[in-house]
Amino acid sequence: MSPDASMELVCPAGNLPALKAAVDNGADCVYIGFRDGTNARNFAGLNFDAAAAREGLRYAHAQGAKVLLALNTYPQAENWQRWQGALDQAAALGVDAVILADVGLMDYASKTYPGLRLHLSVQGSATNYEAINFFYERFGIRRAVLPRVLALAQVEQVVNHTPVEIELFGFGGLCVMVEGRCALSSYVTGESPNTCGVCSPAKAVRWQQTPQGLESRLNGVLLDRYEDGENAGYPTLCKGRFEVNGDTYYAIEEPASLNAMECLPEMLRMGIKAIKIEGRQRSPAYVAQVTQAWRQAIDACRRAPHDFKVDAAWSESLSKVAEGRQHTLGAYHRPWK
Amino acid sequence: MEMNALKLALGPVLYYWSRETLLQFYDEIARTPVDIVYLGETVCSRRHTLRTDDWFELAERLAQAGKEVVLSTQALLESESDLKILRKLAANGRFLVEANDMGAVRLLASTPFALGPHINLYNPGTLNYLAMLGARRWVAPLEMSRLALQTMQRQRPQRMETEVFAYGRMPLAFSARCFTARHHNLPKDDCQFRCLDYPDGLTLRTREGRPFLTLNGIQTQSAGVYNLICELAGMRVLGVNVVRISPQAHHTEKIIRLFRDCLEGELAPQTAADQMTRLMPGHACDGFWHGRPGLEQVGQGRP
Repeated sequence: MSPDASMELVCPAGNLPALKAAVDNGADCVYIGFRDGTNARNFAGLNFDAAAAREGLRYAHAQGAKVLLALNTYPQAENWQRWQGALDQAAALGVDAVILADVGLMDYASKTYPGLRLHLSVQGSATNYEAINFFYERFGIRRAVLPRVLALAQVEQVVNHTPVEIELFGFGGLCVMVEGRCALSSYVTGESPNTCGVCSPAKAVRWQQTPQGLESRLNGVLLDRYEDGENAGYPTLCKGRFEVNGDTYYAIEEPASLNAMECLPEMLRMGIKAIKIEGRQRSPAYVAQVTQAWRQAIDACRRAPHDFKVDAAWSESLSKVAEGRQHTLGAYHRPWK
Repeated sequence: MEMNALKLALGPVLYYWSRETLLQFYDEIARTPVDIVYLGETVCSRRHTLRTDDWFELAERLAQAGKEVVLSTQALLESESDLKILRKLAANGRFLVEANDMGAVRLLASTPFALGPHINLYNPGTLNYLAMLGARRWVAPLEMSRLALQTMQRQRPQRMETEVFAYGRMPLAFSARCFTARHHNLPKDDCQFRCLDYPDGLTLRTREGRPFLTLNGIQTQSAGVYNLICELAGMRVLGVNVVRISPQAHHTEKIIRLFRDCLEGELAPQTAADQMTRLMPGHACDGFWHGRPGLEQVGQGRP
């Protein structure tokens, strides 16, 4: 590994306090979204209007951090203008990069703002270097965020066959499906990440105490039933318990968080350029805690990659904020598949 | 608006069937009144009862039987061996190829190709860009409503054909994880090809017994069967060119026949829908077409 190998820490911010928490705790980049369906965390009360984005940029830039703007849902046939407007606004604000998924929007961005740095969002579903190189050759993307489906050996194969920087998810809520290729949420509620920037939207969730236990439903579909004392997390539809051939279990995925910190030396060695933390919907306290732990971990790994060990204190602080209080390496570790 | 002839297509087999079953299935398909046949393994690279060369051979046979044959590419490409197969399909030089990943689009650009249901095509800008690269047909995303499709059709590029997934359990999601292997507590790399035991997939029910999803290896499908047979007249008005039927383990040829009879005006759609209830592996749904949650049944054809 070259001694000047860089690896950016990319942290989430759903509002200005979270952005400041990320910057103050050592994020190299903060990613944000506008307050509408143009990004994949279109949740009530979350995200930035132009004034907040401007203040966020000022704050981040003053401390040498970058701001990336996610415009990573798919413009819909009938309201393309909203995405185009958001892109124009992002360019006018002077964000350091936009994170896009849609081919049409990439085309518009690369033609209209040739100087604007483009990242391919995880929602772009590019899991192989042929797909990434398509976006590189056609639109000049500088970085791609990989869906959480590849084992580390497969990630390295991608890195070795593209000039595009590769960003990996390191921590946070885990999509078990290929991002950008999941319509389960719209099957149940009519709204999906691709079309509306939401998965299992809160407005379709109902909790009900019944004689059988506490039930969570999504638009009427029973996702899970909890006994007294069982920990009930947010009812994301792929993380419920279902019955298959008489067995009732987490048929798709347990409610666990991704934590790939122990893979840092390997990721650094193969030339991963950035580690992404999931969670724009989480609190500033979450952002502060996770950013701090990962800042320390990345710095330690860069100083002495061969001696890197996950510090117990980092693990503890991450466990406190993890979804479902369980950690997994996800697809990075092949047996998970 | 001009009324065009709707062509009937059979999508790729999404399940894992034995070699014998597949060959017999396509022997029957050759005799059905379907215009276009999409061939190939689109779900899982471990499935190999037919290899790429076998698919080429089958394609040749179906072409000789008068079918337009299109080769479909795998949706989720992870490994170098996945890319090898993709390159072989892209370079076949004989049959049109349906891209189901942007990597496939890269390899097919500057030749005529088709865009499958797993390419995210939600707006005219994207469709126009891909038309410029050589795309000649596209399948609307499953979750696209009739109204959104209408907007797409108004700005459709010249010579672009529009296809709608009109019948079958809907492929809704892909994962690195194999849910069929998981059900059997097997690792994906040693799945023992359990998908062979589930020719229509493995039904996942809610804890109150309601069929909800279908596990098909790394693919998750709806438990409901999307059925737009009562919407064919509306599709004609929109200028849709092709309707796709997705294969199922039994009665596919009867489903094809019912669609054909409706297209030719020999059978009322409602009558066909009634007859189909006995032929479907699950309950009917059509919510997406009507701009509703996909699992709903809101149009005609309600049992």
